[in-house]
Amino acid sequence: MIKKLMKSIGQYKKETILTPIFVSLEVILEVIIPLLMANLIDDGVYGREMNMVYKIGIQLVICAALSLLFGMLSGMFASKASAGFARNLRKNLYFKVQDFSFSNIDKFSTSSLVTRLTTDVTNVQNAFQMIIRIAVRTPLMLIISLLFSISISAKLSLIFLILIPFLGVGLYLIIRKVHPLMKRIFRTYDNLNNVVEENVAGIRVVKSFVIEEKEKKKFGKVSNSIYQDFSKAEKILALNSPLMQFSIYGCILLISWFGAQIIVNSGMAELTTGELMTMFTYSIQILSSLMMLSMVLVMIAISKSSAERIVEVLEEVPDIKNPENPIEKVADGSIEFKNVSFSYINDKDKECLKDINIKINSGETIGIIGGTGSGKSSLVNLIPRLYDVTEGELLVGGRNVKEYDLEALRNEVACVLQKNVLFSGTISENIRWGNENATDEEVEKVCRLAQADEFIQTFPDKYETYIEEGGTNVSGGQKQRLCIVRALLKNPKILILDDSTSAVDTKTDSLIQKAFKEEIPGTTKIIIAQRISSIENCDRILVMDKCKIDGIGTHEELLKTNEIYREVYESQTKGSDANE
Amino acid sequence: MNKPKIRKGTIRRLLGYIKKNYMKQFIAVFICIVLSSIATVAGSLFLQKLIDDYITPLLGDTSAGFGPLLGAIGIMVIIYVVGITTSYLYNRIMAVISQGVLKDIRDEMFDKMEKLPIKYFDTHTHGDIMSHYTNDTDTLRQMISQSLPQVITSVISIVAIFCALIYLSPVLTIFVVIFTMLTVLVTKKLASKSSKYFIRQQSSLGEVNGYIEEMLNGQKVIKVFTHEEKAKEGFEKLNNKLNDDMYKAHKYANILMPIANNLGNLQYVIVAIIGTVLSLNGSISITIGTLVSFLQLTRNFTQPINQVMNQINSIVMALAGAGRIFEMMDEKPEQDNGYVTLVNAKMEDGKIVETEERTGLWAWKHPHHDGTLEYVPLKGHIELSNVDFSYVEGKQVLYDISLYAKPGQKIAFVGATGAGKTTITNLINRFYDIEDGKIRYDGININKIKKGDLRRSLGMVLQDVNLFTGTIKDNIRYGKENATDEEVINAAKLANAHDFIERLPDGYDTMLTGNGAQLSQGQRQLISIARVAVNNPPVMILDEATSSIDTRTEKIVQDGMDKLMEGRTVFVIAHRLSTVKNAKAIMVMEHGRIIERGDHEQLIAQKGKYYQLYTGAFELE
Repeated sequence: MIKKLMKSIGQYKKETILTPIFVSLEVILEVIIPLLMANLIDDGVYGREMNMVYKIGIQLVICAALSLLFGMLSGMFASKASAGFARNLRKNLYFKVQDFSFSNIDKFSTSSLVTRLTTDVTNVQNAFQMIIRIAVRTPLMLIISLLFSISISAKLSLIFLILIPFLGVGLYLIIRKVHPLMKRIFRTYDNLNNVVEENVAGIRVVKSFVIEEKEKKKFGKVSNSIYQDFSKAEKILALNSPLMQFSIYGCILLISWFGAQIIVNSGMAELTTGELMTMFTYSIQILSSLMMLSMVLVMIAISKSSAERIVEVLEEVPDIKNPENPIEKVADGSIEFKNVSFSYINDKDKECLKDINIKINSGETIGIIGGTGSGKSSLVNLIPRLYDVTEGELLVGGRNVKEYDLEALRNEVACVLQKNVLFSGTISENIRWGNENATDEEVEKVCRLAQADEFIQTFPDKYETYIEEGGTNVSGGQKQRLCIVRALLKNPKILILDDSTSAVDTKTDSLIQKAFKEEIPGTTKIIIAQRISSIENCDRILVMDKCKIDGIGTHEELLKTNEIYREVYESQTKGSDANE
Repeated sequence: MNKPKIRKGTIRRLLGYIKKNYMKQFIAVFICIVLSSIATVAGSLFLQKLIDDYITPLLGDTSAGFGPLLGAIGIMVIIYVVGITTSYLYNRIMAVISQGVLKDIRDEMFDKMEKLPIKYFDTHTHGDIMSHYTNDTDTLRQMISQSLPQVITSVISIVAIFCALIYLSPVLTIFVVIFTMLTVLVTKKLASKSSKYFIRQQSSLGEVNGYIEEMLNGQKVIKVFTHEEKAKEGFEKLNNKLNDDMYKAHKYANILMPIANNLGNLQYVIVAIIGTVLSLNGSISITIGTLVSFLQLTRNFTQPINQVMNQINSIVMALAGAGRIFEMMDEKPEQDNGYVTLVNAKMEDGKIVETEERTGLWAWKHPHHDGTLEYVPLKGHIELSNVDFSYVEGKQVLYDISLYAKPGQKIAFVGATGAGKTTITNLINRFYDIEDGKIRYDGININKIKKGDLRRSLGMVLQDVNLFTGTIKDNIRYGKENATDEEVINAAKLANAHDFIERLPDGYDTMLTGNGAQLSQGQRQLISIARVAVNNPPVMILDEATSSIDTRTEKIVQDGMDKLMEGRTVFVIAHRLSTVKNAKAIMVMEHGRIIERGDHEQLIAQKGKYYQLYTGAFELE
């Protein structure tokens, strides 16, 4: 897992390595400085040697300057490395997702991918910065301070031998008790947010059912359980600082007592008063390093699950890849399904398409009708190879779709998905997704074809009208027509409309159908619709039911031979709401 | 850059929460913090004296022995024990106070939120409202439980050490003060630079995350259009900008500590040199021992100052967050001056009498100004006369709407988006209040009816279904908590939902999460219809309840709704004319006015807008 993440360090290797080096240098100086300060007092001030004071003073200033330099450098390198790491990680994830096939996306779900690319990256970045700085700094500080204090007085350093394990065990026990509580608190927080979110989104329901009091009780319960758990956790954490103080104070008193004896008994030979002072400084450095270390470990543990989620995405293998020596050209718009079966999860029992056989000629218009879950969308999604067939073969232009270059195939098979998405940007920008280099004339021509020019002209900014994220500022019918335009602009050999005119009124719908017939006769058109009126003039109509083709034929033929088709037709014409 | 603004009175209000429930504890905390800080300062002073008073004298003459030192250590043990105990106590009590105050604020915030008018939710994004519960409360927690005690401790230490410094040497203290001010100045400058970039980093991060979210939501379209390279390009641009801002923000934050620390070291050297020089040439009378003590104390002096500097930023942020929370709490709640209530009733001698039991018969209890009581049976007669309305002043959306629905009648609204159909229903249940005109329910002005009772008598099915986390059963009995299982099943049957619910692995006990994400749109709509059916309201409002369902599913949903509509007054807004065709009266709306009205046949005969719509010559929306 770590190796996978480390790859994102990329061009910031230099900074990533330099940071801990400068951190180490800074730490060494931070340990030397108290020693010099002790010397300043012992040799200079007590000795009343002005020269010594100046000499050690200058040494101190140099050390301080160096420490400043190293500190600043390490800080700068650390920020460069961690920001760069986050940049690369975000980029690698995002680029990876761009390679995902539909089934990869389905596996993770969009919202979970968003979380992984945003919150999780931030968590891991924080952990990264902590590791290259503090996780290097604290153990080093601990070890060097310990070594220096041993060099000053090995006897006094024995005190640490007792106190370090004592503090370590204490901290460990606190963390072990608090960690599960914190985990539970995070979950309860999710619950709390969930209640609030449901109330904010469903406030109309809450108010119209006059259920405010019940919701308050529900919220109060969650809120209270956070209160209970959190105060319990904080009560345990309240042991932290007294524990720390106990260790430091204990250390100070023990050093005072034994230090004084050593000084007096040896007559300043084994230990000087200045050195005694230094021991105090070291003892605080040692013990607080230990405390910091425990905090760092907790933080790293928290970010571990984020790291795991990120690695999951990085390790996902895109299951649709370009073949070697791909075919770059699609010969024509013919399509053939040969014994095709398909399951989203590769499970024979959960097939959404079973044994499909059909040959569609280039330039033909095919209508598809059927209930929700009958396999209509699955069928057409296979054509641009958004998913791969589970069994059988699918030919486009006489060749298996798996032999084509993906981009070449998808450029010739334009698909208007059921779940339409427009992106923030102008209408013209959105339309040009289909063909970046299209001239204004071409764009307008296609817009007229899809009956979109008319309403675009009514907007004050015409083609430069800004579309909000998700296309919330145009109506459903307008959005659908823009999406059709976008696909048409590709000038594809095969055009697939997956329930793409459901919000368009019948008259406009029939105008679009007519234009298709007259303006792009050579293009193979596959139209999925709920309304019979949208497909009744197609060359052939497929009736899908329970993952199979239930009937194929013209409108008239199917009315005679296909029961489902007749039923749907009657339900839509009875009471004459075919014109809904 | 825009600094977070602190609302006036925020601090006092926050303290108010502490004062209300935790005054005693807070005083205890304060005392404990003072004691524990004193213990810390006493510790440093002891160390200063240790050498001069206890060790140096023994160096020449060991006759005194270690007795005095042992005594001093004994006293220190006592002081330290007090310090440790009080430190534990204040941390522990503070946990209770901070969590308690946060819970109080959280609960009050939710309580207030539930009382806010619909308008507030229509004019604020969900994300904004949510962030009061997440980000704002979180910064507040950090402030109360960490920053506050930290600042108090630091201030006490600063004062105590400062006094000690002056006591030891006033002259040298001047140098220390000058140097400290310099340090504060430098760190302040750096901190403000850092926070400038932190704000930029936050907004860049928002941009990147927004871009990621939009692109991932449209990822399938990107694939279909082989637009991957473009999507990468756009991302790269934003990502690089974020990298830049992030680097700068962290850079300034990271170099802050080394600078502050080493300025402290520099100060030590300078004071040592000045002190030694002054003491050697006799300009000031200071013993070497005192000088050493002074030097040690200056090192303890800079640390708490840096700590306070660090905390100020987070305190400002927390106060800004608290301000936003209070702002929401101070929003004007929904006003309810209604005094007409809905009560259970029974007939006695041909007169309506109020009763406690559930009779299935309801009546409006209407106290008149002259003290008399009137009981009006609940029937579902709705009348709007000359209603005008605007959401925003100056932008009128409804003009002179008059219509009535007799009990059991179905009234339909047809018209383009923005014509004002939904607005009318928002007025009937008083999500918004009318400006001019009158709305009467069973002859009573709805302004006089208690809002809760009014809404209980109206069932709503909306286009966007909102289900709540819980079982299907919980969701169906959402509006009537004490509904029996039988009532729930009957309602589900009425709504045509029973069959599919039975087919689910856990039936009625199936857990729904994420707004019922595991169900299809049609199934969720059926549950929302069953939810209304349990309440059995005499009046129903169906706002585009079936428009996002495919035709085959719609038939099932429609059957459910038809059964439910039987015998009730129904207002229906629909996109598909088939849904409204059998209505008693159809109102065709345009730009806030009713332009045509009548039943289906009449409107077709008129050959107006409705006729055009019906024949498909005209597009809704």
